[in-house]
Amino acid sequence: MHSLLFAAAALQSAHPLDGTAAKWLWLVPLLPLLGFAINGLLSIAAAYRPGPTDPSGGAAHGSDESHAGQGEGHDDAGKHAHHEIPRHRYAGLTSVVGPGVLVLAFILSAMIFVAMRNAGGGAIEHPFIQRYFSWMPVGDLQIDAAFQLDQLSMLMVLVVTGVGALIHVFSVGYMRDDPGYPRYFSYLNLFVFFMLLLVLGANYPIMFIGWEGVGLCSYLLIGFWFSEKANADAGKKAFIVNRIGDFGFLIAMFLLFANIGALDFQGVAAGTKALAAGGPVVTAICLFLFLGCAGKSAQIPLYIWLPDAMAGPTPVSALIHAATMVTAGVYLIARSSMLFSLAPVAELVVVLIGALTAIFAASIGLKQWDIKKVLAYSTVSQLGYMFVGVGSGAYVAGMFHLATHAFFKALLFLGSGSVIYAMHAAYHHTHNQDDAQDMRNMGGLRRHLPITFVLMWIATLAIAGIPPLAGFFSKDEILGALFARAQGSTIAQAHLFGIPGTVWLYFAWTLALGAALMTAVYMTRMMLYTFHGPNRTGDAERPYLKESPWVMTGPLVVLAALTVAGGWLNLPEFAPLGPVGGLDRWLEPVVGEATKRVIGGAAPVAAGLELGLVAVAVLIAAAGIAIAVTRLDPKSLVPKSRSPQEEGFEKVLVNKYYVDEIYDDAIVKPVVATSRDLLWRGIDAGLIDGLGVNGAGKLTRFVGWVGSQFQSGQLGTYAWVLAIGVLAVLGAVTMR
Amino acid sequence: MLALPPQQAIPMAHGALPLLYTFHFYLFGLIAVGSALLFVTRKSPVAAALWLVNTMFCLAALFVLLDAQFIGALQVIVYAGAIMVVFLFVIMLLNLGQSPPADIRGIWWKIAAGAVGIAILAQVAAVIRAKTPATLTLPVGFAANQVASTGAVAPVAGPLFNDYLLAFEITSILLLAAIVGAVVVGRQRGEDLAR
Amino acid sequence: MLAEALFFSAVLFAIGVFGVLIRRNAIIVFMCVELMLNAVNLTFVAFAQAYGTAGQVFVFFVMTVAAAEAAVGLAIIIALFRHRPTVDLKNINLLKG
Repeated sequence: MHSLLFAAAALQSAHPLDGTAAKWLWLVPLLPLLGFAINGLLSIAAAYRPGPTDPSGGAAHGSDESHAGQGEGHDDAGKHAHHEIPRHRYAGLTSVVGPGVLVLAFILSAMIFVAMRNAGGGAIEHPFIQRYFSWMPVGDLQIDAAFQLDQLSMLMVLVVTGVGALIHVFSVGYMRDDPGYPRYFSYLNLFVFFMLLLVLGANYPIMFIGWEGVGLCSYLLIGFWFSEKANADAGKKAFIVNRIGDFGFLIAMFLLFANIGALDFQGVAAGTKALAAGGPVVTAICLFLFLGCAGKSAQIPLYIWLPDAMAGPTPVSALIHAATMVTAGVYLIARSSMLFSLAPVAELVVVLIGALTAIFAASIGLKQWDIKKVLAYSTVSQLGYMFVGVGSGAYVAGMFHLATHAFFKALLFLGSGSVIYAMHAAYHHTHNQDDAQDMRNMGGLRRHLPITFVLMWIATLAIAGIPPLAGFFSKDEILGALFARAQGSTIAQAHLFGIPGTVWLYFAWTLALGAALMTAVYMTRMMLYTFHGPNRTGDAERPYLKESPWVMTGPLVVLAALTVAGGWLNLPEFAPLGPVGGLDRWLEPVVGEATKRVIGGAAPVAAGLELGLVAVAVLIAAAGIAIAVTRLDPKSLVPKSRSPQEEGFEKVLVNKYYVDEIYDDAIVKPVVATSRDLLWRGIDAGLIDGLGVNGAGKLTRFVGWVGSQFQSGQLGTYAWVLAIGVLAVLGAVTMR
Repeated sequence: MLALPPQQAIPMAHGALPLLYTFHFYLFGLIAVGSALLFVTRKSPVAAALWLVNTMFCLAALFVLLDAQFIGALQVIVYAGAIMVVFLFVIMLLNLGQSPPADIRGIWWKIAAGAVGIAILAQVAAVIRAKTPATLTLPVGFAANQVASTGAVAPVAGPLFNDYLLAFEITSILLLAAIVGAVVVGRQRGEDLAR
Repeated sequence: MLAEALFFSAVLFAIGVFGVLIRRNAIIVFMCVELMLNAVNLTFVAFAQAYGTAGQVFVFFVMTVAAAEAAVGLAIIIALFRHRPTVDLKNINLLKG
């Protein structure tokens, strides 16, 4: 594999990006790392002086007491009418450093993007690899610390830094009164650093560092207000479930090294030619990689952490659990396209699980009352869509949906953050203990938060798939690609559990359509209950509901603009509003070959059939909205404290099909019981401690006791010993 | 030193010994063994001591029969006449003479000790059977001739004051130490007198 | 007569060992030790007849040492008896442990 590296290096020596802004590539992740260090030092420095301190997240205004009544343990800041909550000592400096490094990183990424376009854009055949040092040269394994810049990673870098910068700016307003202000920004910056490592890494181990790092930051940020146990538990849950997926990633890396001998993307791409197409090795590698994706990107069966992750601050949910971290799995599959395209069975599994997750999560979202939970399940569902996309070999479609989803989901989350901010402010004024995130306590907020209202409707229409917003194009491309693969492709020819791939793919297509319908329904439901109808917040609180400051609504506007214009990234041929297939051509050198391999020479779908499918999708979206508008009546809602309990199937949906409870009984309790009784009490305390450690002591004492028995003080005994000794010596001499 | 006139050597045929000699040898030997057995089995210390004295007499006779007349005399004078007397003195002093409690251990001890004894006997017998180098063996009757020619004391005194002079001197110091030690250990302490 | 003498000596020695192991009276045990020494003396004398008078010289020394040992040993026993009026070995166990 050394020869491959040298070959890549030789090619690299003539890369079109040499000498351009791309040589500052290393600075892009370094800036957020710097922000992490500075903000972290500020946070630590503040801890040594009196003042509003961490980490209770509420010592200053006693949020522990005033929020005790909220069942789900989330905790947001708000203004007191009685006294101004003192801001953090270093809030000013943090407000500059925190978002500042992200904005700088984005500007730098944009410059590199421009350089890339000037150097040929989608025509650049080979990636630009910057090798910094040899990281792990161990025998046959040669891993370098290197960054790889190609069209795919450029796309991800732009999304991460761009959306990240917007969310950082939003957080300046959202978290302004939090005592943990610098700590929040340091964690957020650290997260962006790790995410950039993930997308820029030139080999799987570097990517894995980023993979694990974002998991860590997710834990830190979900449990940001860790003085409430529920928040800390949510953080732990996220990290532990992620770890299960990471195990899959590791096994995949081991298999890769064992069979191909290389772990860098260039080496793996070259080495896949040696693997048997569709063989057990490559299928195993892909399935284990997908296990990692299921953990990180919240697919069945490891999605359970994402709804609980809503315990963190809302901008965190926007950045990590909507736009960036959860999309790492999609990026991984796109990055490993050369492997996945060789394993149709694995791709079939990906498509199926993606489709099942999409419809499963959508059904749960139909009956959730917490606004953030609705969005969380929506995220899980949309991630399922992305996996359907990359699973069916339409890597470009999956990445396209990743980008557009980042825009409108971040907008939705930040918008809901705006709503929650207003609700919290109102409740603080009246010391109300109600749930500020429950939609039954909202209603009619369009009169109070008009800007947020309009922007969130834009996002809702986008996610439902109404043209010409971004979501329509990306969703539609996935559905179209899925249908086309069902008609003819290597996946369709594969078999899973004896059933031909074609059947599975059509089944997945119907599931995806069903999920689209439900998406439209529950998103419209969310909008109806939150913004329309009468206001249920309470007469005392109503005067205090008002729009958020510009530092928060500004990013919302930018995101809305992106949501509207995002579709232009990859326009289909039947809607030539601008350059057609921009993203297709941009990502061609990276995933083009893999996509062709999956299509396997099948003819593309006829234009008429394609238009028909598009029409079906739009109809479904519109039908969903119509169903929600006609059948749901916001006037019939009552505030949460007076709401009746759900019954029947509704109850099952509200309780998310009792999946957490099932996992608890089937997996967690047996594991805990085994660990406690068998491993701890049995083996550790009993065997190792008892037999080994204590046993060694007891044995020594026993030997000593035996020895002491000979020292009886009785001369007779000593005489005996003498006699026996004499016998022994004589025996040794005579019995030769 | 007064030397006894050299006596006529007792004529010994090669390899053949007078029957009387052999008879007496076995007689004294068996009496010695029997006395020893009786010695270890007596309950009364005085009786045991006296049986041991008897054993020593028999041994002295054996010494004489083995052409070690001087040693035989020493055995009687020193061992039986001094050491055993000291033993008897101590027994009498501690008033252990009459009706002592039984101090022989139980039957299992006897069996075990008997086994040990027989084992030692067997092993020693095995050693005895080993052949010695021919260069060491003296001609038959050499010791008797020596005694006949120079007297009984000279064969012992010669090596004692020539080859083993150092050991002799050290032994005298040892005796001094023993005397001092015995006096020190055995004297009456103040608190004992007060009782 | 060497072999017979050695045999008798071995038997006496074994009887001495038997006595040491079997008796609990300290003085009698001591006397058994003297018996063993006597057996060894017989061995020396027997060998002296066969291999030279060095054996008798050894007997001389053995007797001397036995005398010294008897004196000191009996002094010890007397001292013990003064401490505790017993010569039974099972009571003399301050060396225990």
